[in-house]
This record gives sequence, C-alpha cells and structure tokens, in this order.
Amino acid sequence: MKRARSVFSFLGKIEALPVFAVMLIMYGTFMVFAPDVFMKYRIYMSILQTVTPPLILALGLTFVITAGEIDLSFPAIVALSGFVFAWGYQNLDQELGQTWATWASFALALGAGALAGFINGFLIAKIGVPSIMATLAAQFFWYGVTIVLAGGRSWRLKGIQEDPVWELFVRRIYGIIPQQGRAPIGVPTQALWALGLAIFLWFILNRHKFGEAIMFIGDNPNVAQVMGVNVVATKIRLFTMMGVIAAFAGLILTLQVTVSYPTQGEGMLLLVMAAVFIGGTSIAGGYGAIIGTFFGAFIIISLEPGIVATKVSGYWVQLIEGLVLGASVVLHVLIGEQNIANFSDRIRRWSTPTRLVKTASQPENLRKEQT
Amino acid sequence: MVEKPAALRMVNIEKYFGLVHALRNINIEVGSNEIVGLIGDNGAGKSTLVKILTGVYPPSSGEFYIAGRKVNPRTYSVKRAHQYGIETVYQDKSLGEKQALWRNFFIGRQITYPFGFINVKKEKEIAQEIMLNTIGFRGRGITVNSKVNKLSGGERQGVAIGRAMHFEAELIVLDEPTVALSLKEVRKVLNFVHKIKEGGKACVYITHDMQDVYEVSDRFIIMDRGEVVASITKADISLKALDEFLLGYSQGLKDKELS
Repeated sequence: MKRARSVFSFLGKIEALPVFAVMLIMYGTFMVFAPDVFMKYRIYMSILQTVTPPLILALGLTFVITAGEIDLSFPAIVALSGFVFAWGYQNLDQELGQTWATWASFALALGAGALAGFINGFLIAKIGVPSIMATLAAQFFWYGVTIVLAGGRSWRLKGIQEDPVWELFVRRIYGIIPQQGRAPIGVPTQALWALGLAIFLWFILNRHKFGEAIMFIGDNPNVAQVMGVNVVATKIRLFTMMGVIAAFAGLILTLQVTVSYPTQGEGMLLLVMAAVFIGGTSIAGGYGAIIGTFFGAFIIISLEPGIVATKVSGYWVQLIEGLVLGASVVLHVLIGEQNIANFSDRIRRWSTPTRLVKTASQPENLRKEQT
Repeated sequence: MVEKPAALRMVNIEKYFGLVHALRNINIEVGSNEIVGLIGDNGAGKSTLVKILTGVYPPSSGEFYIAGRKVNPRTYSVKRAHQYGIETVYQDKSLGEKQALWRNFFIGRQITYPFGFINVKKEKEIAQEIMLNTIGFRGRGITVNSKVNKLSGGERQGVAIGRAMHFEAELIVLDEPTVALSLKEVRKVLNFVHKIKEGGKACVYITHDMQDVYEVSDRFIIMDRGEVVASITKADISLKALDEFLLGYSQGLKDKELS
C-alpha cells in the first residue's frame, strides 16, 4: 500500500505526464490503423525534420505565455531571419570568402531576430503597449520589411549543401539507427539541436533566476516588483530571447529547404500556439510546461501525416486537429495543473504523516522550557 | 550596555502630490524592539508614509534614519530598503499565488550557483527551517513544495512575516495584514506578530482594527489628515479609551468643519 502511494506520488510529480500519454496513444492509434507507414522508421525521421522549426518556436513562446504575455510576431521574424541569411550568403562571399560569409550571415540573422525582439520588448515593457497589439503590428511590419528588401521574390541558397553550417545544423546523421539491408536512414541533426535547446530552456525556466522572474511576473507583476524583480528589464530580455529563438527557427527552416521566401513562417502562428496549449502551459500566466510543449509540438505536427496515412479523407484533418486541441485543453482544465498539484499533495500527505512535522518542532519547544 | 539605535527615525518629513499636501511635518521614532501601531482613518496618510518608508515614493523634504543610518532619498528604492533591513508585508501582494513556497521565500535574492542557476536543494532546506523554527508553522500538510494558493490567508501572512524575519529585517512593516481574514486567521497573524517581538525586531503595524492593534502594539501613533496627532504608549491608555479617543478626534474635526 505504502509502495503504491509512493509510486502515485512519483507519477504526480512527473511534469507533462498526461501530454506524453496522449502522444503515445496517438502514435499507437496510427500504428494500428496505418501499420504500413507508422511501423517504419522513415515516417518518424520525416516527422523529426518537420517538427523542428515549430518546436523551437513553441519552446520560446512557452516563456512568453508563462510571463502572461503573447507574441504574434515570430512568424515574421522567421521570414526576416531567413532573408537576412540568404542575402548575406549571396552577397558577403566576395569580402569574406564563402565559409566566413555563411557564418557571418548566420550571426546577422540571429542579430536581426534579437533586434526585432528587443523592439517588441521595449514597446511592451517600457512604453506599456499591450503585447498583443505591439507584436501584431510587428508581425505586419517585419513581413513588410522582408518583402520590400527581398524584392518580393524567393532567394535560393545555391551550394549551401556543401557548407559546414548546413552540415552542422540540418545534415542527416547516418549509422545511429541500424538498417536491415535497405536504404540508409539518417537522423536529422536539427532534431538534436531542438532537443538540446529544450533541455537548456527547461533549466532556464525551472532552475534559473531569469525563469523564476518570468513565472512571478506571469503570476502577478506587482508581487514581482515588490520583491525586487526588475520587471521592465526581465520583459525586454524575454522578448529579445524570443526574437533570437524565432530567428534560429527561421535559419533551420531556411537551411532545410535551401531557399528563403518572404512569406516563410506564415501559418505557423496558430500551429505553434496550439503546441504550447496542448502542452499544458496556462494562458493565465505563471506556469510554463517546457516538456509539455515538447510533446505538444510532436502531437500537432504528427496529426496531419497520421490522419492521411490512415486513409481517412484529407478533409477530416482539420476537424480532428480541432478535436485534439479542444480535448487536450479541456483535459488540462479538468485534471489541470492545480488538480495534479492537489492530487500529489494529498498523496504526499498520506505518505508523510503529520507526526514528522511535530517531532521536528519538538526540540524548539523543549529549548523554550529550559530557558 | 549600549542602546541599539532606533529602528526608524523620521525628521520633518513632508510629501506633496502636486498641490495636495499629503504629509505635514512627520516626526516619528520606532525603537529597535518596539511594535508600533499606526492608526488613522482612510486618507490620514498612513499608506503614503509607508510608501516613503519602503522606497516606493521619495519624500518632498525631510530626512529619515534607519537603524541610525541616514537614508539618501535620491538613491532610495525598494531594493535599497531591503538592504537597509526594511521588509514590507502587504495585505495581498506579498506572494506569488501559483508558485511553490520555497520559491516565494527567495524570489529577488536567490541562492545561486555560478551563472544564476538556483541552488534548489539549499533554498528548500532553508525554507523548511524558516517554516518550522522562525515562524513555528503548524499548517497541516503544507510543505515547502506546496503552492501558495493552497494556503489560508493567515498562513500567507505568516510566510511573508517569516521571510522578512529570516532576511534579518530590522523593521518589518505590516500594511493592513488582517483585512478580509476570518477571526481564526487574524489570530494566526497576531501570533506571528508576537514572534517578531520575541525575535527582537521592530515592527510598524498599520490597521483599522483597534482590537488587533491594541493587543500586539507597545505604542500607538495616530494620524489624521497627513499629520501625527498623538503618540500614546499602551500603559497609558485602555482599549476603550483609545477607541473613544479616536472616535472623539474624528468627531471633533467634523464639528470643526461644520462650524
């Protein structure tokens, strides 16, 4: 009995367990109904490649939503960074040589993201513009800038596949997964970058001063202010970070398709927001689930190929996506973060009796009597 | 034995908001282990005084000393107030609702490893220690991992007071800590205030409730329309007399207005 309790208590503490369970059920269903596709490695490798840019964006957006803010401008930053990279790749090679030109363009693109993010942060934290309006304006503005600068056309990255930057970020790694006498299967490198970034950002949110400040600001900015958190500086840093992350996602996307087009990233906004909400991050702010977002992105990205593979008509895709998003949000509200906390607290209360509290306070009482 | 300097001394503090003269010539002193009840009607200037004290507003003129050290009003801020040893417990904005208790103890001054990563183990240990020993927390089933929104109103004030005491506050300011609490919870808060006295710290207790403030305070400072009108030690006045004094005072002013 006691053992069962500690098992429950342990399960209650695991972050994002429900989302993980939903993801397993989803893949299980696809395996049953479309075994010829979902019982093979290939589809998963292709999902790993597709999921990376929205996953990276969703990780960043988790921070923004945890702080009680919203960012609508990241799809435009994806397009902007892709263009900046493509422009640099084509134009800087004469001065710098091709290798350095690629790296310089990469840094320039991240810098452009940081600048766009910083402007968002400045408008929101310093001027006091609500984030939904500031970033909506920024979304139009940066798409506009990209289209004007790109001359409305797409920019191809000729020969990028021979470049070390390409090899470092989006090359496929062969030999990890064994192949039984068939065409080799490569793991996309970008998925490893996304995994690394997710782990890093989990530590930043849950184990770093910056993440703690974000959570308190999302909870109640007045409390954060009174307790000595610099709310303005933290918010500016937050949006700048989101800009850099969006730029990184844009770079991965551009390198993947080896072309930058000025409408890149369109259609990602709602997809990425859905991934964050499926993951269990609260729109009310104060709590962010990085691990939940991670699985949430896999769920939202896998639905379409999964549904198509089960030979249900493609017309059903959006309907089912809507159902999954709706159901998971309802699930989070019902079993919710709060209820999970209550549940695991209750179990902890069963397994750690009040006796423990009393004995711990006894020495203090004894000391008082002696004096 | 050398007397410890007064926890707080305010000399000729004035505060204007535009044309409004919010505080007139405030001179008060709070001893190093004294609980002072700050009493007054709405608009008497209590909260303005507290906000000057805790670094939210600068005073228009005058000076004040914390534990004998003169405060420079130009560089004074909420963070500075913490460094000087002033901790404020607000009625409703002291704790982050959805955050774990251990995070609430250390927000703004975390114990960190290099690069700003939080030393969670140590923070939890110290939070546990504060809850058991500093404030003698007896909330059943509440651990350092519990979220604040699971705590009752009185327990929340206890956590905030415990935090203030742990950080070696010389002066703890309680800004209407018992508003909207049930009687049982008010009792808990008053017990925490007694702990402040036992811990050898000073406290300014701001409230509307005569009964609460009479029980815990050593001395009462009564404010009206931006002025300190009286300072009475507990030995000199009974609860009833204090009540009547206040009532009479506001009545008297009303009469003056009418005539």
